[in-house]
Amino acid sequence: MSAWFAKLHETFIETGYYRLLLQGLGNTLIMTLGALCIGVVIGTLIAVIKYFAEDVPALKPLDMLCDLYVTTIRGIPVVVLLMIFFYVIMTSAEGITVGIIAFGINSGAYMAELIRSGIGAVDKGQMEAGRSLGMSKVQAMRKIVFPQAVRYILPAIGNEMIALLKETSVAGYVAVVDLTRAGNLVRNNTYDAFNPLMAVALTYLLLVVLMSRALKKLERRLAKSDKR
Amino acid sequence: MISVKNLKKVFGGNEALKGVSVEINKGDVMCVIGPSGSGKSTFLRCLNLLERPDGGQVIFEGDDLMDKHINLNQHRQKMGMVFQQFNLFPHMTVLENLTCAPMMLKKIDKAAAEKTAMDYLQRVGLADRAASYPNQLSGGQKQRIAIVRALCMEPEVMLFDEPTSALDPEMVGEVLDVMKKLAEQGMTMVVVTHEMGFAREVGNRVLFMDNGLIVEEGTPEQIFEHPKSERLQSFLSKVL
Repeated sequence: MSAWFAKLHETFIETGYYRLLLQGLGNTLIMTLGALCIGVVIGTLIAVIKYFAEDVPALKPLDMLCDLYVTTIRGIPVVVLLMIFFYVIMTSAEGITVGIIAFGINSGAYMAELIRSGIGAVDKGQMEAGRSLGMSKVQAMRKIVFPQAVRYILPAIGNEMIALLKETSVAGYVAVVDLTRAGNLVRNNTYDAFNPLMAVALTYLLLVVLMSRALKKLERRLAKSDKR
Repeated sequence: MISVKNLKKVFGGNEALKGVSVEINKGDVMCVIGPSGSGKSTFLRCLNLLERPDGGQVIFEGDDLMDKHINLNQHRQKMGMVFQQFNLFPHMTVLENLTCAPMMLKKIDKAAAEKTAMDYLQRVGLADRAASYPNQLSGGQKQRIAIVRALCMEPEVMLFDEPTSALDPEMVGEVLDVMKKLAEQGMTMVVVTHEMGFAREVGNRVLFMDNGLIVEEGTPEQIFEHPKSERLQSFLSKVL
């Protein structure tokens, strides 16, 4: 046991590599949150465009563009997308910026479907009631339908966030020192494979468990407001 | 006030309305009766264009509602609607349900909108439920709130789409009472209903629809005491 502690001390503390891991963790979290924000914005935009395109012919081209986007993004592995952005499209940008944008654009395609089904889950009579009072479709969407859709959407976005956190582990491909890359660097430099990789795995696990807990709490709270 | 000319509506090859024409005058309480699937709800929903007709005209106060250049939303503000399933907004309190549209669309300030809402709530006996959420109310209470929500926009005509069909029998009376009072105050109303008692007692005109057409039209007395067509006679013998 004490031998293992000595090894831990040697791998992480003596060398100062714990700082690298912390820095990696920071980058992982920044990319996850940044991509989540971009994903939510893109997803909402697409979901709303698709909703209105059903009876506004002028939006049809935009609607087709959205379909093209969703199909394309869902058909390309996120690592490939990431490399295309880093080596082809945004050649002068920093890896972490590219990461946020690429993961965000990727996540937006999935988010669009989540948000769309959330909007679809709200009873059709709600929109009709709003329209019958004289609201425009946009007003009724903003004030009546969307606020109700949020309770269906929020839990799904939580799950998407958990998926995103783990997806960012490929950021090392474009020279970002995220948690995974940091762990791998420590392994490489210390010739100790077990401890760095375990540390990385446990950190992800801990983060996911914490996020799942928060999500459960949120779901419970939303369910409670359903009953009022 | 509303004149409907040769109204047609098709749902996927199925003709729901086959050319309906009728004149609704100010102060009318027009009850629309008929078997399910006769097109009466579709007819009502075409009056404020919740359902877009496939042919004919709906002329409201001189404006053709199907004309692309008119502001349909502004016209809808003057046509209140009450639904079978209430369709209250579940994420808002009763008071918010009532003040939301007047504040948003008529730019009435909050205090004035709340005062109007409370006045109406008082009249239907639900002032104590202003802070409740719809899910805390009974069906009859919900429907009375839904009527008040439409009234808060101060409409010139009220459209009722089977307002008591989703209610427990013991709650039908409280909703019909509110509607009756409204009729006595001179509100123009179009009521799609299965409540023959209400149509007979409160309505001044009754339309009998079947198979997408108006089969017979007249005063309650003409319709209920002296039905002319065989179809109406057989319908009445089943429901009365």
